[in-house]
Amino acid sequence: MRLSSVFSIFVAISIGVLAGCTGGGASKDEIVFGEYGSMTGSESSFGISTHRGVEMALDEANAKGGFNGKKFKVISYDNQGRSEEAVTAITKLITRDKVPLVIGEVASSRSIAAGAIAQQYKIPMISPASTNPKVTQLGDYIFRVCFIDPFQGKVMAKFAIENLKKTKAAILRDIRSDYSVGLADFFVKEFKAMGGEILVDTAYSTGDIDFKSQLTNIRSKKPEVIFIPGYYTEVGLIARQAKELGLAVPLLGGDGWDSEKLTEIGQDAIVGHYFSNHYSQEDTRPSVQGFIEKYRARYGETPDSMAVLGYDAAVVAVNAVKTAKDLTPASLRDALAATKGVPGVTGEVNLNEHRDAVKSAVVMKVAGPKKYSYVTTINP
Amino acid sequence: MQAFIQNLINGLALGGVYALVALGYTMVYGILQFINFAHSEIFMLGAFAGLFVAVALQDVGSTPVVVTAVVFASMAACMAVGALVERLAYRPLRSAPRLNVLITAVGVSLLLQNAAQILWGATPRVFPTILETQPLWQGTELVLTNVQLIVIVVSAVLVFGLSILVNRTKLGMAMRAVSFDFDVSSLMGIPTDRIIVFTFMIGCSLAGCASILYGISYPKIEPMMGVVIGMKAFVAAVFGGIGSLTGAAVGGLVLGLSESFTIYYVSSTFRDAIAFAILILVLLLRPSGLFGVVRKEKV
Repeated sequence: MRLSSVFSIFVAISIGVLAGCTGGGASKDEIVFGEYGSMTGSESSFGISTHRGVEMALDEANAKGGFNGKKFKVISYDNQGRSEEAVTAITKLITRDKVPLVIGEVASSRSIAAGAIAQQYKIPMISPASTNPKVTQLGDYIFRVCFIDPFQGKVMAKFAIENLKKTKAAILRDIRSDYSVGLADFFVKEFKAMGGEILVDTAYSTGDIDFKSQLTNIRSKKPEVIFIPGYYTEVGLIARQAKELGLAVPLLGGDGWDSEKLTEIGQDAIVGHYFSNHYSQEDTRPSVQGFIEKYRARYGETPDSMAVLGYDAAVVAVNAVKTAKDLTPASLRDALAATKGVPGVTGEVNLNEHRDAVKSAVVMKVAGPKKYSYVTTINP
Repeated sequence: MQAFIQNLINGLALGGVYALVALGYTMVYGILQFINFAHSEIFMLGAFAGLFVAVALQDVGSTPVVVTAVVFASMAACMAVGALVERLAYRPLRSAPRLNVLITAVGVSLLLQNAAQILWGATPRVFPTILETQPLWQGTELVLTNVQLIVIVVSAVLVFGLSILVNRTKLGMAMRAVSFDFDVSSLMGIPTDRIIVFTFMIGCSLAGCASILYGISYPKIEPMMGVVIGMKAFVAAVFGGIGSLTGAAVGGLVLGLSESFTIYYVSSTFRDAIAFAILILVLLLRPSGLFGVVRKEKV
């Protein structure tokens, strides 16, 4: 008994050591980027889609010959949708794998947590889809290839008032998510500025399953629209429970809704509601349709925004490698800061002085299982 | 007034699920004086068992058949796992100090959680709609759905059935005897090991049933789903007086109602804080819980 337990400890240690040896050590003919994301957990579709977009962009760059005979590669870690795991993942990428550039995350809370580490080590980080303004305010090494929430909040406020002609709104925000709290605040500000009225502003926490009390509260105030800037898992459940409680007003949300899982969880309760997004599948531009076609051929699914933004992030990273004077993190940072006119899926990517991309937003309507229809485009 | 009743309904439906899970904690505590922390994972496994059967039976049109099959599959799976856990993890430690069993229970809980993550992944799955949610009664400010009514009624029936089982049957009498004095009941010819397994299985079958009620109401199934429910149910059991069946049932309902009313009248941010403040207050005034009996340590 004792001998066997000593033996098992020995085995455990040696496995650990061996596992430690396999990671890291980029070879000389490769340029290795790091990536961290939620490959599992409640927001797993964010991480998986982003990773697919990144892979596609890097494979295309490699097919065109890579860079000076070097191939692009990405090391990707799962953070299970948890901020503390995101910090571990990015620390591992920077200190053990010694990557010169990191791509991640979708959720703003995790980008903020991990971005602080990237800034501390002075390794450039490109967030594909975090829209909270705080992300790039962390420091001069943090970039993003999507629009930010002050704009997204304005888009939905404008849409509610001008397109839907609704002036009385209720807010249901995720109090534990920086993204949700930020987006809700910007929506409230813009909605009031445009003459709208917020009847009730209530909250839930990530991971909650029962929202009936909040919805009962909202129902008693009789709003004309409900703004729910959360992530798709909770939004799906909220939509179901809203329907059960007989709340029949439009629900509005942000890009956190964009996942094939939204309609899987929300079923017919989520159909007919609206959210702002980074791109539309119905966009007829060849860059968009070409991307959708290639993505479908490779993964058998229609890409969501996270795939598009993952692709854009990787394209911007590759462009930085090509335009930088050398491959040190500091030079890559300077090259990223100068990003202008890089061809992304939804048009040229230009980064402004705040290291944020300037892009237009689309409003989508949930049309059926895994189907959204394009409603309108709103420009910055 | 309608809002008050609406919150009452919402809270009862939520509390019913807590109550069923809390009963499992309290039954095992009553008989073995330790907290079976793995109980919340049995709840989770029950939900997965139900999910798989529901997916397999998706083409069978008849709702009653599917619901019955799913509920029984889940209860059976939970009973099997409960019996297995008792046999492999707890029985070998029957004469060991209680702390050892407690640590083992935590270990079993982590083992099941991680095994489920490896097997099925951490990504939440959607519980198929085996029962269409429909409003039974709809006022301007008040809705009662069929699912809410079913959760409340099923919980009540199970709690009632359990109290009959424990208080009116021979098996129940044996359970109470083992709970009262393990050694003496064994001297009286009661097969104590078998009674303990039965107790585990009954507690686990309630968790299985609760997991299906949960799956129908909140169709999001994942390996970590037991953690929060388990903690709430454990709190409910302690609040009601651990070891007391009535206590667990009442504790579950009080917790569900307090959450529902706190969110409505105060704020969702304070939901757990207020629920736990109530718990602390009750325990300060009645250290053995609402319905708990102060037990003298037997010498």
